[in-house]
Amino acid sequence: MKRAASALAIAALVGSVAFPLAATKVTWQNTAILMLMTAQMGVAWNILGGYAGQVSLGHAAFFGAGAYVSTLLTIKLGVSPWLGMGAGAIAAAGLGVLIGWPCFRLKGHYFAMATIAVGEIVQTVVNGSDVLGGAVGFTLPMAETGVWGFVFNRSKLPYYYIALGLLLATVLVNWLVNRSHVGYYLRAIKDEPDAARSLGVSLTRYKMIAMVLSAGLTAMGGTLYAQKELFIDPGSTLSTSLSIKIALVAILGGAGTLWGPVLGAVVLTAIEEASRIAFGGTGRGTDLVIYGLLLVLIAVFQPAGIMGFFRKHAPRAAPPPEPEAEFP
Amino acid sequence: MTVELLLQTLLSGILVGLVYALVAIGLTLIFGVMDIVNFAHGEFLMFGMYAAFWGFALWGLDPIFTLPLTTLMLFAVGVAVYKLVIRRITDAPMLSQIFATFGLMILFRGLAQYLWKPDFRSVDHTVVAGKVAFLGLQFGLPQVVAAVGAVATTAALWWFLRFTRLGAALEATAADKEAAALMGIDAQKMFALAWGIGAACAGVAGALLSTYYPIFPEVGSTFILVAFVLVALGGFGSVPGAFWAGILVGVVEVMGGFLWDPAYKMVLVLSLYLVVVWFRPQGLMGKA
Repeated sequence: MKRAASALAIAALVGSVAFPLAATKVTWQNTAILMLMTAQMGVAWNILGGYAGQVSLGHAAFFGAGAYVSTLLTIKLGVSPWLGMGAGAIAAAGLGVLIGWPCFRLKGHYFAMATIAVGEIVQTVVNGSDVLGGAVGFTLPMAETGVWGFVFNRSKLPYYYIALGLLLATVLVNWLVNRSHVGYYLRAIKDEPDAARSLGVSLTRYKMIAMVLSAGLTAMGGTLYAQKELFIDPGSTLSTSLSIKIALVAILGGAGTLWGPVLGAVVLTAIEEASRIAFGGTGRGTDLVIYGLLLVLIAVFQPAGIMGFFRKHAPRAAPPPEPEAEFP
Repeated sequence: MTVELLLQTLLSGILVGLVYALVAIGLTLIFGVMDIVNFAHGEFLMFGMYAAFWGFALWGLDPIFTLPLTTLMLFAVGVAVYKLVIRRITDAPMLSQIFATFGLMILFRGLAQYLWKPDFRSVDHTVVAGKVAFLGLQFGLPQVVAAVGAVATTAALWWFLRFTRLGAALEATAADKEAAALMGIDAQKMFALAWGIGAACAGVAGALLSTYYPIFPEVGSTFILVAFVLVALGGFGSVPGAFWAGILVGVVEVMGGFLWDPAYKMVLVLSLYLVVVWFRPQGLMGKA
């Protein structure tokens, strides 16, 4: 079982590295980049929403922070977007602490609703602020192709590999968190908050760690988006529908699993793009009807997500070893 | 700022807030009975608006006169949504419930766009057009009628919940599902009833709004955010909480738009909400 999983992982890695070399059509490559970027957001969300069980529906605020900080630094100060990516991640982590501080007192639906509120506030403020580009947003100036400048005009390939690298890095962080003591604490906080507290686990501290990692990684995805599109505005980077989509990706795949959000992103993007290409041209909303209908059907017939489906139908594996909990 | 102006904004805020409250009451009722947040609630309102619009456009019937019909139609829609979709996810985790109702939202918006085009529509003349004078102040008659209609509907619902056996059964299910089931109350029936009433409330609000508000497939998005805030502000599942929160938010919104900048009125409303839950995490009238 373990061997099969490793073989599958290696095959998937080789496949995803080789994919854009085989599929040279720009539309295919674009869809693949979209899948990778969506997956990265879902995996980043998963640290907070999946492992820690704090369902955030305001993650677009972090995505937007990454996009806006790097773009502003590039336009106003000529700073390389790579540095901007780091700055955006730090800014988003700070924003995350600011949001988590009041909101982590709230439970379940109240927390989700509060994050929607914060996301909407951020969007409205940016929308009304001239310094932050207002409703028009920013267009990044045309520049020469260059790695340091994060500009690649001749081919989509660099964006593909950057997106792939960022996704793998995000998965790696997820994996490390999951197997460290932080991961155990987060699962304890999610399943048995009162028991965790009584054993001396600081709920707020570990939720905050999850928030900072999740927000920072989401922001890095935002910078990549800005550099790939070379255009950002509140509608595309800060909207609540983006926040919900980030969560949907993880939920569809299976929240709280390592690879669930990746699978979810691939499936969701495929459905979205396919219905858009097949029916979107009519401008009559047929694509939305099909997309919405599929979401409902998946939720009704596969409530545990795609990973839940695999678990149910996979050959019985040996139960995982009991995690050795360590408490300070 | 003169006293008249203050009074004018205050009363306008209350008029808006009463309609907001009606939308939120439907949402909080559904939540109270079965712990599901309905992301497609704004679309019930949208369907109510279109029902009123088509009655007017096809047969020249006034939205006010077709109101009972709209209410029945939306009740049926709510029950149908429950029977076809929600019934199957009653025990699913919160995450997949969000997923399902969000899918419904996209589906309904797409359906409206498919059937009725994305254009902005309006009901251009109704029996409630014009102005009404009150204490020397002027208010739009449609706004006043909408507010009165919303209050009447809210009062009727309150009476139903307090003074009828069926209403008591619904409240009992909301309070404790198992105990209610042991008393012989059919939970499935109560869930369907909650969805029917919840959708009907939104439908009434939509029909009342159609006399002065543009009608388009995404119109629900404007109201669902406010409804979410009201539900959380009032306390999830609390009907009186949603009502008072509606008035409060209506006043804050209109006052904020007047004193500050209309573009930021939602910021004010959302900040108010965050401040309240900071001190009362369970909302104004929610159970801790």
